[in-house]
Amino acid sequence: MNIDFFYALTGVGLFTLGLYALIKHSHLLRKILAINVMGSGVFLVLVALSARTQQAPDPVPHAMVITGIVVAISATALALALMLRLRDASGRVELPEEPME
Amino acid sequence: MEALTLLSWAFDATLGGTLMWLAWRTLASEDLFKGIVLFIAFGLLMALAWVRLDAPDIALAEAAIGAGLTGALLLGALAKLEAGNEGSQPLSKNRSKLVNKSVNKPMRFRWLLVLLPMLLLLVLAGGLGYAILNLPSQAVGLSLQVAGNIEASGVSNPVTAVLLNFRAYDTLLEMAVLLLAVIGIWSLAVVPESRESAPGAVLDMLSRLLVPLLILVSGYLLWVGGHAAGGAFQAGSVLAAAGVLLLLTGWRPSARFAGWPLRFSLILGLVIFVLVAVLMLLLGESFLEFPLRIAGALILLIEAAAALSIGITLASLFLGSRPQPDQSSSNQSARREELGAQER
Repeated sequence: MNIDFFYALTGVGLFTLGLYALIKHSHLLRKILAINVMGSGVFLVLVALSARTQQAPDPVPHAMVITGIVVAISATALALALMLRLRDASGRVELPEEPME
Repeated sequence: MEALTLLSWAFDATLGGTLMWLAWRTLASEDLFKGIVLFIAFGLLMALAWVRLDAPDIALAEAAIGAGLTGALLLGALAKLEAGNEGSQPLSKNRSKLVNKSVNKPMRFRWLLVLLPMLLLLVLAGGLGYAILNLPSQAVGLSLQVAGNIEASGVSNPVTAVLLNFRAYDTLLEMAVLLLAVIGIWSLAVVPESRESAPGAVLDMLSRLLVPLLILVSGYLLWVGGHAAGGAFQAGSVLAAAGVLLLLTGWRPSARFAGWPLRFSLILGLVIFVLVAVLMLLLGESFLEFPLRIAGALILLIEAAAALSIGITLASLFLGSRPQPDQSSSNQSARREELGAQER
């Protein structure tokens, strides 16, 4: 096993950790953080696997990840705005534990 | 040589372990503020991981966007959340108690509800890890194609070549995503009128020193992106950092700027991109294909417009709501400024 696979496995770990937190916590800000951690995990897998070359790493996944980082911050900003709007409208920032009647 | 490999392994293992630990603490800490600060630290260490993986372009983007701007966004949202929650704290506590009671009812199978998701996640992680370890340890991917065609792209940095030439569609659509995010936020936020406030002396001095420097760095990153690590996204995010710093000092865009000049600079990147693409189409090339002779210049033009738009877009995302232009005509706002000047 070399360094690329080590980082790819770390990426899988981050993704799983984020998914667990996404399911477990009901606070929306925590869910947004969890999605960001999941995204970092996916990026890490992509870039780590693109480094499996003899010479310079494959630039296509690199470009995709840069695009991904910018899209991730746009989505985060929109999610935060939605969260604040939900707080203004309903007074709560957590998803209900039980389905609403 | 042996010692060096061992050292680099120790470094990678520490970095990977710290990343996992920081992610865990980010998501598990009781205090949301602490969680966000740990997330910023997580972003900075991710930048280090990108450097280890030979991806300096991503490291720059991650340090500026992933750690810096996302952190600022999250902290800003948390501050707004807490400012609004002060009055209603006891109520929410009561509610959470009620909710707990009702959840506790089906006690018998509760452990199953905790255990089952964990088990499923472990299966998922195991499956993904197994799939990754089964991949061949050597793969060239598309690096040969990129290296073979780099002469025809107009730039010598392969990542910029991919972003702005070979896969320009991705970048074009990404500019549209950024614009959509701003439109979404503008249509969501109820405008809580934030007025200008005077910063403290230290912040004032710091911003005076840093903002021109950040603009300079942004221009450098834009220029250097053609042949080394850098490019429109990194330049744009550094520009956005300058904007966020200005917003933190209490500065707000003046009403005159908040109208069409702001909107124009938000769409500039997308408009120039589409215009160039359509122009090439009319000149007989295919959509988003640049003739070799002027490819470098065209890419620089698109990147410059994109960097400006990205910077202003990201700073607007931080502001969170639409800056209010004067509803009345621009004549009136000009007159008001004259009045203000006379009063002074």
